[in-house]
Amino acid sequence: MNKPVDEKLDLGSQTQALPSVPHYLLRNAEWFRDDTAMRHKDLGIWREWSWSELLVEIRRFSLGLVQLGLQPGDKVAIIGNNRPKLYWTFAAVQAVGGVPVPVYADSVAEEMGYVLDHAGIRFAVCQDQEQIDKVLSLEDQLESLACLIYDEERGLRGYDEERVLAFDFVQKLGDQAVERDVSAVANWCDSIDTIDTDALCVMLYTSGTTGRPKGVMLSHRNLIITSLNANRFDSLNDKEETIAYLPLAWVGDHVFSYGQSYTAGYCVCCPESPDTVTSDRREIAPSYFFAPPRVFENLLTSITVNMEDAGRVKRKMFNYFIKVANKHGEKILNRERVSPFGTLMYGMGKLFVYGPLKNRLGMSNVRVAYTAGEAIGPDIFRFYRSLGINLKQLYGQTEASVYITAQPDGQIDANTVGTPSLGVEIEIADNGEVMYRSPGVFLGYYKNDEATLSTKTQDGWVHTGDAGFIDDAGHLRIIDRSKDVGKLNNGGLFPPKYIENKLKFFSDIKEVVAFGDGRDYVAVFVNIDLTAVANWAERNNIVYGSYQELAAHPEVYDMVHNHVKKVNADLAAEPRVASTQIKRFLILHKELDADDGELTRTLKVRRSFIVERYGELIDALYSDKSEQFVSTTVTFEDGRSGVIEANVRIQDVDVVATDNPQVLA
Amino acid sequence: MSANVDTQSIGDVQASTRENTALDAKELLLSVDNVTLTFGGVKAISDISFNILKGEIRAIIGPNGAGKTSMLNVINGFYHPQKGRISYRGKTRKRMKPYQAASSGIARTFQNVALFSGMSTLDNIMSGRSLKMKRGLFWQMLNVGPARREEIEHREYVEQIIDFLEIAHIRKQPVGKLPYGLQKRVELGRAMAMEPELLLLDEPMAGMNLEEKEDMSRFILDLNSEFGTTIALIEHDMGVVMDLADRVVVLDYGQKIADGTPMEVQSNQNVIDAYLGVAH
Repeated sequence: MNKPVDEKLDLGSQTQALPSVPHYLLRNAEWFRDDTAMRHKDLGIWREWSWSELLVEIRRFSLGLVQLGLQPGDKVAIIGNNRPKLYWTFAAVQAVGGVPVPVYADSVAEEMGYVLDHAGIRFAVCQDQEQIDKVLSLEDQLESLACLIYDEERGLRGYDEERVLAFDFVQKLGDQAVERDVSAVANWCDSIDTIDTDALCVMLYTSGTTGRPKGVMLSHRNLIITSLNANRFDSLNDKEETIAYLPLAWVGDHVFSYGQSYTAGYCVCCPESPDTVTSDRREIAPSYFFAPPRVFENLLTSITVNMEDAGRVKRKMFNYFIKVANKHGEKILNRERVSPFGTLMYGMGKLFVYGPLKNRLGMSNVRVAYTAGEAIGPDIFRFYRSLGINLKQLYGQTEASVYITAQPDGQIDANTVGTPSLGVEIEIADNGEVMYRSPGVFLGYYKNDEATLSTKTQDGWVHTGDAGFIDDAGHLRIIDRSKDVGKLNNGGLFPPKYIENKLKFFSDIKEVVAFGDGRDYVAVFVNIDLTAVANWAERNNIVYGSYQELAAHPEVYDMVHNHVKKVNADLAAEPRVASTQIKRFLILHKELDADDGELTRTLKVRRSFIVERYGELIDALYSDKSEQFVSTTVTFEDGRSGVIEANVRIQDVDVVATDNPQVLA
Repeated sequence: MSANVDTQSIGDVQASTRENTALDAKELLLSVDNVTLTFGGVKAISDISFNILKGEIRAIIGPNGAGKTSMLNVINGFYHPQKGRISYRGKTRKRMKPYQAASSGIARTFQNVALFSGMSTLDNIMSGRSLKMKRGLFWQMLNVGPARREEIEHREYVEQIIDFLEIAHIRKQPVGKLPYGLQKRVELGRAMAMEPELLLLDEPMAGMNLEEKEDMSRFILDLNSEFGTTIALIEHDMGVVMDLADRVVVLDYGQKIADGTPMEVQSNQNVIDAYLGVAH
């Protein structure tokens, strides 16, 4: 099964697919020898590793793991932020037939315990003491756990030295093995050659929007073919630079910062810490950039806030040229015709505003930027595009090794997610569900055949669980999770996400949960965005002591009320959803939080859990009460819990009358 | 500790100090004998004796006006006691200026943050290295050759502190704009930059919220265990003191009323009376 070049995909003569990711490591060490493969900002300085150095580091660690007794098929958990040593672990484990299992580093011990136990891990490579402590606290459940390895030593003196080892120490074990027997290096390369391209390459746990996380098994072929196709689609080569800052356990990061980097040979930069990403990005100026909508929203919010603080001249200039960009920017990016005057003004804007602004954002060199994971607000999307940033949307899933559809350059529409990616076939099932088949389709869920069978058909088609349709231009449009689309009692279609997104596009609103399935009308929970609203409060002399107090402030209610009214007017204009206007809303007394299980680790709302947890608030939304007392247990970051109590006010909203109350099912 | 410590990485320093602490765990670092300090007719401290052992965390507690800060000021040479002796590393000293105390390895932080508010976090911590800089003003201004090398060495040490205190994200920000909790951390960083043997912390957690206190406690414990720094701290939060300190000395109206482990002190009747008041 070696050298599986799929003829149908026509990968081009120069890109012959190699059987496994470690093969690419060997190839890159030869082809790109002294080119930078990885950077990491440490003690304030960017340190670099070339591909040949990377190979040595990975080989040392890999041989060390073998010394510790790593067997082919063993699962190795990787827990921590985006740090070079953790990325090396992937290839080091795969090279000797092991399976890396990255885990969300911010999960609390209990959540992590489920994944580690389910995967049956033998080794855990952790970033620091915090993660080591978490794994050690779960030791009783983890029978197969043999040894823990850490990257940062701090605070770990005095731990059991037999079982808790330093990364460097394991590398030294590898060196010793080579000293004893020089052929160890050659044997290591041989062991790479025995990797089966269809063998399990990595296990990624889904974030678990519904129920327990599932272990998605991807093969080397899945990862490699998808990565090669993606590189070709956006013509990415070894000259790209990216910054790795999204969770290791998330398929997107795995493909962008590992799969695509190894296959294309481009450089991945690891930030100093999660807090410094923005300034680190500015220093690196990546050429290929990926972020969930939330990141773009937050950046825009901080731009707006900073501009309000700027001097008058700057502010005027900014506002003027943003208008210019709105008018001409997208056209110029799409290479459409623009009047000479427009081109001139846009050029000026580039000089005075867009250039410096992009530099601030660390996006001066961005050639391709993607947003995915959630719908992005059309205004936000257009804002970045109008600055000349080639921001595009893609639609993907862990089960597909990310890519299902992506927008080709120049064919951009804020409402669609693009055309099928290379090698991907798409069909819309009779019930409106999007289905796909591709070389990236996963092997199955680990130890869960039942779920595998219900998701993946015999001939390789996968149910996405999302409802959507293909528009006239051949682009896919996603409506909602098909499971979530419900009906109002009056028969109207109720797509919760569609309504929620409309509200979320206001920068003051962070999260929304809409209810309406089997009800008489639509009502929503709102979470305000603390950064944006706190800034607004400061400007308007509104005093508050806590999130809870700010959320309950009458003026905040008024502000949200206005937003809801605008959304209602919007909805009224669309016949499909005119009946889903929002009648009542409330602002939650606390932020929805992944630590409380209200969001997934990828920050998606867990609807069913929220329905359970806030039952009394939902009941109040569908009664005539104007206030409801609620007491909620919250979990703090260190795992302790406390209680928040509040009287939450419920606000009625006027519904825009529609002349034609057409109901489309 | 060896003299050319500048060029060593923190790891080496840790290793050597750890050996030291292991060998002579009970070595006396500083002892205060019968010290009396008066301002005019007011006796701020009267006839107090206690000691600080190498490698321990020593807390000084007491109600307001008990003389805690005066005690620290006496230790680092800012005040000169009228009576009594202070021996540091076995040497009794007569009169000492604060900078002499500093160069002999005693650093401190202040009750109200005393940073250079217009300077960045990095520069503030770098200023803590000034005692360690050997090149004169002339070389420093030229910023070439040896002076430049020296600057790089010091910067490296400071970066390790920044990493240790997790303040990389505010490295270039002027400290005046930072929230209070972070300013306290920067101040600790500046004191650490002196590589002190004895670190005096004057209410390191005053005015902090619970989370900030937890962070600060962790830094103090790590500082003590990883760097082997001996710490004497004044603190009002009893929970913090009981968790952190190896030994506690309690002052009231300038007198020492108790001295011992946190458990002993907590159950001492004099201490309870001083804190809760006595029925008259």
